[in-house]
Amino acid sequence: MEKDLKKVTAAQVSQETESEKKKALYNQYVGQMTPKHSWFKNLCRAWLIGGLICVLGQALTNLFISQDMQKDQAAAYTTICLILLAIIFTGFGWYQRLAKFAGAGSVVPITGFANSVAAPAIEFKKEGQVFGIGCKIFNIAGPVILYGIFSSWLLGVIYWIWTLFQ
Amino acid sequence: MEKKLNKRKGSQSLEFTNPPVILSTACVVGKKEGEGPLGAYFDQIEEDPMFGGKTWEDAESKMMFRTANLALKKAKLESKNIRYLVGGDLLGQLIATSFGVESLEIPLIGVYGACSTMGESLAVASVLVDGGYADRAMAITSSHFAGAEKQFRFPLAYGNQRPLAATWTVTGSGAVILGDETNTVLYSGHKVHVRAVTFGKIVDYGVKDSMNMGACMAPAASSVIAAHLRDFNLIPAYYDKIVTGDLGSVGKDILIDLMRQEGYDISKNHMDCGIEIYDPEVQDTHSGGSGCGCSAATLCGYLMNHLKEGKWKRILFVPTGALLSPVSFNEGQSVPGIAHAVVLEAV
Repeated sequence: MEKDLKKVTAAQVSQETESEKKKALYNQYVGQMTPKHSWFKNLCRAWLIGGLICVLGQALTNLFISQDMQKDQAAAYTTICLILLAIIFTGFGWYQRLAKFAGAGSVVPITGFANSVAAPAIEFKKEGQVFGIGCKIFNIAGPVILYGIFSSWLLGVIYWIWTLFQ
Repeated sequence: MEKKLNKRKGSQSLEFTNPPVILSTACVVGKKEGEGPLGAYFDQIEEDPMFGGKTWEDAESKMMFRTANLALKKAKLESKNIRYLVGGDLLGQLIATSFGVESLEIPLIGVYGACSTMGESLAVASVLVDGGYADRAMAITSSHFAGAEKQFRFPLAYGNQRPLAATWTVTGSGAVILGDETNTVLYSGHKVHVRAVTFGKIVDYGVKDSMNMGACMAPAASSVIAAHLRDFNLIPAYYDKIVTGDLGSVGKDILIDLMRQEGYDISKNHMDCGIEIYDPEVQDTHSGGSGCGCSAATLCGYLMNHLKEGKWKRILFVPTGALLSPVSFNEGQSVPGIAHAVVLEAV
């Protein structure tokens, strides 16, 4: 579109009489006026913190293997330890500070998932065990669980159909 | 009957023929607001974010109750001396207000205008006093950071990055007691009157970003300020300050730009409570403060102080509200804005 080529001015927005066009122009104008986080800086921070969380996970796994654990068992214990750590961090309000710096670096690992379950549990505790914690604990993580299970089921079906033709 | 007609001005404004006088104002804020640049102007700064309550909602109610009582005390009045209370807050069904003021037993007119509530309640209370329907009326509002985050965004402990255009909800409450000419004003300095009001329309420019409230509200602010200036045939310089509620730094730039299109330059005397209340560098608040308490506490502390001391003679107070609902937002609707303009004059 032609208007994408150049900057939208406030004059263009106010002169536009057609409501839908005016809204589109205004949104474009707002985009120009709004400062954004530097994606490159965010990328580096996410890589650093996300990487460090993974290093911690690897260190734990190595530790458990050195204690004569099987690889599968060590992986499970690592996950449990990371989740526990994230929940403790959430309880003290530290995870939030970490996430402010790390962005996706702290959201993507399992620790981010743990945080997204623990945070509503703390917040909605006051609304009761059933209607508070019970109903709202998966407020944020709910979609991940639902669509995670759904997509694994879907992939399972696709895999099953594929095996029929083998 | 002639008097009645004279009160109407232009298309959406009214001018008081018996301008209500502000008998007292009170503001109570949280710790973060107390540490901000306006800290010295607030009546009370509470270190405890729970205000001695059990939940965030309870905390906000307690804060509002304390503010109402402080305003009464400063005017040497009791709650039975107030004929009507006009108030509201951000929480669903105005629960901060209903639980906050219930024990005062003042007839209540609950209003919702999102963060523009102070303008709305002040305007309605002024109309009641000017019309002779009340000898004294109180306008009150509040907001609490944690309660607002919980209702509109994420639980507090959830880790995410706030966009740079996002604002920080002010933990604060402000109350204004208005009276007719039969009342005596106890504070020293200039008496402050409410002279006129312009009620704003809902203005929706189709912004769907709930983390950029300044952009949602700026067109509404521009619309009501321009309407006010047209209705009274004024130029922006007539006011020492044109004070918007919580546009923040992003909204401020947009407002000034939009006002130029209306033919008015407000760049010299525009001020935004949201920008004034925090130090964005030190306090990490990004675009500025927001919430009902932002404009209310700034009015009752900083702005009133400047009017009483004669530093400003006349201001246009324009609290701005983004009518955000988590329901309509999830259903794909935009965030409409609203703003109301109130003329405060020191005599």
